[in-house]
Amino acid sequence: MKFGIIVFPGTWSDRDCYYPLKDILKQKVNYIWHKETDLNAYDCIILPGGFSYGDYLRPGAIARFSPVMASLEQFASQGKLVIGICNGFQILCESGLLPGVLLRNVHLEYRCQWTYLKVENTSTAFTSKCQNGQALKIPISHYEGRYYADDATLAELEADKRIVFRYSTPEGRVTDSANPNGSLRNIAGITNKKGNVLGMMPHPERSCEPLLGSIDGNIIWESIIAGI
Amino acid sequence: MPVSKETLDEVALSEKEYQLIVEKLGREPSEVELGMFGSLWSEHCGYKHSKALLRQFPSKSKRVLVKPGEENAGVIDIGDGLVVIMKVESHNHPSAIEPYQGAATGVGGIVRDIFTMGARPIALMNSLRFGPLTDSHNRYLFGGVVGGIAGYGNCLGIPDIGGEIYFSDCYSGNPLVNALCLGIAEAKHLVRARAYGEGNFLMLVGADTGRDGLHGASGLASRSFEDERELRSTVQVGNPFLEKLLIEACLELAKTDWIAGMQDLGAAGLTSSAVESANRGGGGIEIDVLKIPRREKGMTPYEVMLSESQERMLVVVKKGYEGKVKALFDRWELRSDIIGFVTGDGLARIKEGKKVVAEAPVNVLSSSPVYRKHVKKPEWINQLQSFDVNSIPDLPRKKVKTTLLRLLASPNIASKRCVYRQYDHQVGNNTVVIPGSDAAVLRIKGTKKAISLTTDGNGRYCYVNPYLGGVIAVSEASRNLACSGAQPLAITDCLNFGNPEKDDVYYQLKECIAGMTRACREFKIPVISGNVSLYNETRGEAVYPTPVVGMVGLIEDVAKHCTSGFKNEGDLVFLLGDGNVVDSSIGGSEYLELIHGTIKGNPYIDLEMEKRLQRCCLEAIRRGLTNSAHDCSDGGLAVALVESCLADGRGFVSSEWDIDGRLDAALFGEAQSRIVVSIAPKSSWKLQKLADRYQICATKLGVVGGKRFILKGFMDLSLKEVGEAWRGGLEKLL
Repeated sequence: MKFGIIVFPGTWSDRDCYYPLKDILKQKVNYIWHKETDLNAYDCIILPGGFSYGDYLRPGAIARFSPVMASLEQFASQGKLVIGICNGFQILCESGLLPGVLLRNVHLEYRCQWTYLKVENTSTAFTSKCQNGQALKIPISHYEGRYYADDATLAELEADKRIVFRYSTPEGRVTDSANPNGSLRNIAGITNKKGNVLGMMPHPERSCEPLLGSIDGNIIWESIIAGI
Repeated sequence: MPVSKETLDEVALSEKEYQLIVEKLGREPSEVELGMFGSLWSEHCGYKHSKALLRQFPSKSKRVLVKPGEENAGVIDIGDGLVVIMKVESHNHPSAIEPYQGAATGVGGIVRDIFTMGARPIALMNSLRFGPLTDSHNRYLFGGVVGGIAGYGNCLGIPDIGGEIYFSDCYSGNPLVNALCLGIAEAKHLVRARAYGEGNFLMLVGADTGRDGLHGASGLASRSFEDERELRSTVQVGNPFLEKLLIEACLELAKTDWIAGMQDLGAAGLTSSAVESANRGGGGIEIDVLKIPRREKGMTPYEVMLSESQERMLVVVKKGYEGKVKALFDRWELRSDIIGFVTGDGLARIKEGKKVVAEAPVNVLSSSPVYRKHVKKPEWINQLQSFDVNSIPDLPRKKVKTTLLRLLASPNIASKRCVYRQYDHQVGNNTVVIPGSDAAVLRIKGTKKAISLTTDGNGRYCYVNPYLGGVIAVSEASRNLACSGAQPLAITDCLNFGNPEKDDVYYQLKECIAGMTRACREFKIPVISGNVSLYNETRGEAVYPTPVVGMVGLIEDVAKHCTSGFKNEGDLVFLLGDGNVVDSSIGGSEYLELIHGTIKGNPYIDLEMEKRLQRCCLEAIRRGLTNSAHDCSDGGLAVALVESCLADGRGFVSSEWDIDGRLDAALFGEAQSRIVVSIAPKSSWKLQKLADRYQICATKLGVVGGKRFILKGFMDLSLKEVGEAWRGGLEKLL
């Protein structure tokens, strides 16, 4: 099992992802500069959070043209695992690997806070170790995380059970007040049709140690590790 | 005199100072030289009114590796081959004019101060002051400043772990925006801000140079200003993405042996960074302004040398390594240009092609005059201090409940969550205690250690008593660290005052520094860096004298840190410290201002007791006795108890309190040297014993439990009601 973490100019969750994978979960993990194109050595690629290219145009809009992205598309088409977190999710949507877009939070403010994610589908490669309906405590940190897609896309996502995480209460109830950014249907994370590409706004790499307040992120990492 | 008064005004030099320059140079200065002198001799860069006073601060301890002044900031050894570096700086004046960019570039500037030394920035904090939010302009300033801090800091991936925010009329129109950054480095990779080694190259990296920020140092930060609209062009615009690239590239560079030094460009731009690093290196520099990439056409050498365009670094590259260094910056897609070299002649020589436009000795440019004033205590301060507490009626029992709710909802006391949730306070995966407790705590990866960080400074106390206000600012910061379980290591300070040329303001500055110095010596905490922001006035009215103390402490074992919230049902709650609350402790308090509209009185602190209290608290935490610890400060004991309840959602039931003196002083007075702790009942005898050993009082206050806040005989409220007042107090004003 080998993880690769793609680093774009302006990425900052790269080191936050590296630390728990390497030091807590004892996995092989490498950084991949966005100009590299050979991803053959990896089993799972992480697109971490941050502000690639400053998010100046639109989050992810410039990063999607980085040389590594063509290779990533190839990588994903082989059914290998890709997880995009925060800015990584935005890049996946911009590049068309995932449907929909991430708009500015409904209150027009950046939000860094703990959220709870109800696991809606435990049969994906990213959630196999979760309990059905379990609420994971994982924080968000973003300004543009309001998931939006047209009705047809939403219906398709629902029908295919591709909405993997929804913002919920600690007890797992999906309510308006548990929605931190105005995402449609409380969507916090979705997969592609094949189920091998996950995009999520919350940061599982920030919940891997009791000292920092939660270890629920590890359930996602351990699911990935177990599946390969 | 060949220059006009208007010309001198523009560079903020007096006629006397001009004569001094002529005398030292032996000739009239050129236009470029005059601009350089104006900036370097400004209050902002030269500290001419404060330097003599600042020398009093202790700056040594066995952990201080580099003294302040020798470098951008002092360096503190935390063991395991690691050092921490921190600094706080003001961006008050730019923020008054353009709050978003003013605050954003304040963050950018302080971050550069840290990574220029080879340290990775791992924490940001802000100490902010505004006028009341009932005024729409103050709301605009508040929203802009918070937005700017969030916009810039979040993009960098450095956690912003809190700080403080206070409101008072005196800050209307002149907000205080102090930004603090702390970095960590391996001691062996520290980079010096020195231009040394004849023939080494000066390389300018990052943004192109434009006309933005001209006269920022000499104009904005060193004079009072009446019409802010004219000064809009002096505020710079930040580019956090570029800064992020600079951080990564410069930290990579710091690990090589290709460079002799590095210095960021801040106030007074290239002038101060080149001249100051030459001064530290003991040599000279030569720069050709034509080699500096410009943002716009037609810029004069004067404008190029004084531009305050952001996100620029000056790197002193060892001869022969310029290709390697350039390749490193190219990889990060950063522009880098060789603009000059280090000389051995001790001169700062600025050329435009072949033509020399300035040539002055580095040591003359760097030695601004130092002013001292002999001033007396102003009579109005005596009047403030002679406040008779009996002129105010005591609080009737039946009003305790409403008074507490009003205090909790006061924006000075209310929760600041609606602000700090806009800052990424978790990135970096180190934040153990998030904003909202007495001090934030960050673990140090690869060790068992953690650091604790706080900022403190009560302008109201300093207004009524500048000396004691200074003593209390340091004491309270240290007490906050003690509540988190940390041993204080070092201070960085930002002194925000009015126009020092006025006797009363100079008196405040002098007394406040004396008070801070006294407390630093008592606690044996060195000052490793700092900044002075003077001329904080609107229409001739100075802000409260507001020293901001940023303090870092060390927790040897992160498992033994402590937070402010009550943890367990049934734990006993004790008050440690000063058991004898005097009626006069409502003087200078939030209560007195909010409820009675009075800002008078005289604070009091017994430093010996304070030291014993902090040692006792630290020992109790290290021995694992206490489950929570929270400093009594704004709003007094009752507010401290509520805050400990709300942190983790647990109620409190008091025992029968026997109150001798005034009720308002007992509940809401701000007597110093008090800490609320909670402890398992079976351990309480150990706490009593410890308190006896340190000769401080440990008074039992009540029990943790339930979902109500009950002061027997005085009030009984649900946590929901007190929580709504406290959580909504600030948010509903926005």
